[in-house]
Amino acid sequence: MTIPSFKKDMFVMLIFSAVILTMPMWLKPLGAGYPDLLQKFAIFGIFAVGYNILFGLTGYLSFGHAAFLGVGSYTAVWSFKLLTMNVLPAILFSVVLSGIVAAIIGFISLRRSGIYFSILTLAFAQMFYNMAYSVLTPVTNGETGLQLARTDPRIIDNMLSEAGAGLPSPGLFGIQMSGYSGFYFCAVLLIIAFFISQRIFHSPFGMKLQAIKSNQTRMKYTGYNTRPYLLTAFVISGMYAGLAGALMATTDPLAGAERMQWTASGEVVLMTILGGVGTLIGPLLGVGIIKYFENIFSALNEQALLAAYSFMPDWLAKMMVTITSPFVGEGWHLTLGALFVIIVVFLPGGIMEGLGKIKNLFRKRPPDPVEKTLVEGQIQEEKA
Amino acid sequence: MDAILLQILNGLDKGGAYALIALGLTLVFGTLGVVNFAHGALFMLGAFCSVTFQKLLTISKQVKDTSITFFDAYKEMPYLEIWFGDYGKTIIDWSVPLSILFAIPVMLLIGLAMERGLIRHFYKRTHAEQILVTFGLAIVLQEIIKLSFGANPIPTPAPEIFSGTAPIGALFGLGESVVYPWWRLIYLGFAFSVIGSVFAFLNLTTFGMVVRAGMMDRETVGLLGINVERRFTIVFGLAAVVTGLAGVMYSPILPPDYHMGMDFLVLSFVVVVVGGMGSLGGAVAAGFLLGILQSFASMNEIKSIIPGIDQIIIYLVAVFIILVRPRGLFGREGVMED
Repeated sequence: MTIPSFKKDMFVMLIFSAVILTMPMWLKPLGAGYPDLLQKFAIFGIFAVGYNILFGLTGYLSFGHAAFLGVGSYTAVWSFKLLTMNVLPAILFSVVLSGIVAAIIGFISLRRSGIYFSILTLAFAQMFYNMAYSVLTPVTNGETGLQLARTDPRIIDNMLSEAGAGLPSPGLFGIQMSGYSGFYFCAVLLIIAFFISQRIFHSPFGMKLQAIKSNQTRMKYTGYNTRPYLLTAFVISGMYAGLAGALMATTDPLAGAERMQWTASGEVVLMTILGGVGTLIGPLLGVGIIKYFENIFSALNEQALLAAYSFMPDWLAKMMVTITSPFVGEGWHLTLGALFVIIVVFLPGGIMEGLGKIKNLFRKRPPDPVEKTLVEGQIQEEKA
Repeated sequence: MDAILLQILNGLDKGGAYALIALGLTLVFGTLGVVNFAHGALFMLGAFCSVTFQKLLTISKQVKDTSITFFDAYKEMPYLEIWFGDYGKTIIDWSVPLSILFAIPVMLLIGLAMERGLIRHFYKRTHAEQILVTFGLAIVLQEIIKLSFGANPIPTPAPEIFSGTAPIGALFGLGESVVYPWWRLIYLGFAFSVIGSVFAFLNLTTFGMVVRAGMMDRETVGLLGINVERRFTIVFGLAAVVTGLAGVMYSPILPPDYHMGMDFLVLSFVVVVVGGMGSLGGAVAAGFLLGILQSFASMNEIKSIIPGIDQIIIYLVAVFIILVRPRGLFGREGVMED
């Protein structure tokens, strides 16, 4: 495997930034050009890009990343409550604290690999989730969720100025974090996050992580102690999750424990797999597709379907509505689950693998024989 | 003393459920080597077998209510009651135990279909991929149930004569305060008999012998000319039945809803890991052990020392076991040690 040159990476970054920043424009015709959804794209994008650093590079399947998301959210809301409504300190605290939590959980969980690692992270996530509802209610406010209140101390804000009449909202030096400004703030952070992830992928550190994925034993025999590398990857992806959690709290200052449930970790796994594990852009594609269709599909109902099939004969349209209606609206998760099963069965590499296959179809020259044998050898090795 | 006995009893019925689910899970892992995240969904499907059966029994039509004479009043009356009178009423009352008969073939079919249709293609793939595909399957099953039965829990009461509590304390001369709901006692007995029959099946029949041999060394058994794969398919069906029955009998204790499977899944994995992946006896022992531990942790005396311990004790034990003794309490040496 070769590392692309710095120039090429910068070119990719430039295009990427342009695509992300112009999202409101080119998503408008697709019916997704409104700020709430765009913010979701950016936030979950950060989450998935971070998750991919762990799962994509090292192959360690964690089911506990929702816990870091929750830690980030709670920390951010507490920072709003106690210190200031400015988002920068909130984000800073969230990232640092979730990094610390990730370091502790990672230090313990990474002693095991494979399924035991998955179950350990799952156990920790469930502990956090259960504690958020029981012992930690003074911190998390239990089932109600942590909210801002007018009577919050907000020490720094109140030193600088008198408290306003209404409930303040999070901002960046006077810019409100709702609507399009909120999206652009998240988008800039997403671009930074993507840049860091690209640097990691194309660094010697990233190569070591990939080596761990392909054969950890061999890696150990060559004299590397793999655990520090794994722990670093785990902490970095935990910090990404914390950042995503903080941004969730920023755009909507409310933190609830339900976003820490283990099925929420499952969601980010889903996005990563759908797009393509271990590829740079894949997880973002997955996020885009899942969040976009979630939005479109959940809004559909039988009337909308009937209208969509109106070009067909009456009986056929009615039949199609009966067939498809369980998959839309409330049943969107059914579509998602089925899609996920299909992807894992037929396209384990996700959309990126599918795109690669299509590209190969159109390639004129036959595949390089040396490359071909290499790839086949790798496949056989994986099977063994 | 009474308090301790009560806690042990409380733990046993939950432990019975954990043990049954974990037994199915470890059976599948031990034979097929598949990490099945859809196992919780099987438990949920079992519980919904009892819901479906209850609905089938109570299909009703409107009949004239003769007790009201001022005007024409109509009431819903199940066909069974119309046809068989009081016997019909009793049958409806006993719908949960009777639905066992309904659940066995249904769960067997679901299990076989799942194995032949999907799981079979994942024997050779990594554990991570198995987890992912079965997780997706679990979402699909859960959503199908949600679509057909709604999102709210559906009450499925136990037969009326089991609704009270059993005076256990008085029977053993331990004080009147020790009482225990009849249905939970029955659940415990049921769990023991199912576990007993699974073990008897595996240890006393030729089929079971082949399966056990296959668990030890699949290749050799295959070389001896035995179609291991087909037996393992049947074992998967068997695991689905065991788990489904656990769900059927649990439905009066916890009204079934569509996400109960996911709630039990994590717990049952923890139980399997504590007992040792692939160890049947370990799964059963760990199920009861963790059930009892959890009920002790929820005692007020203990909660006042360490607040919130009842919520996390099981996970703490699991983390400890995985770190200190990864093959679990009763796991075979060399199996899944890393």
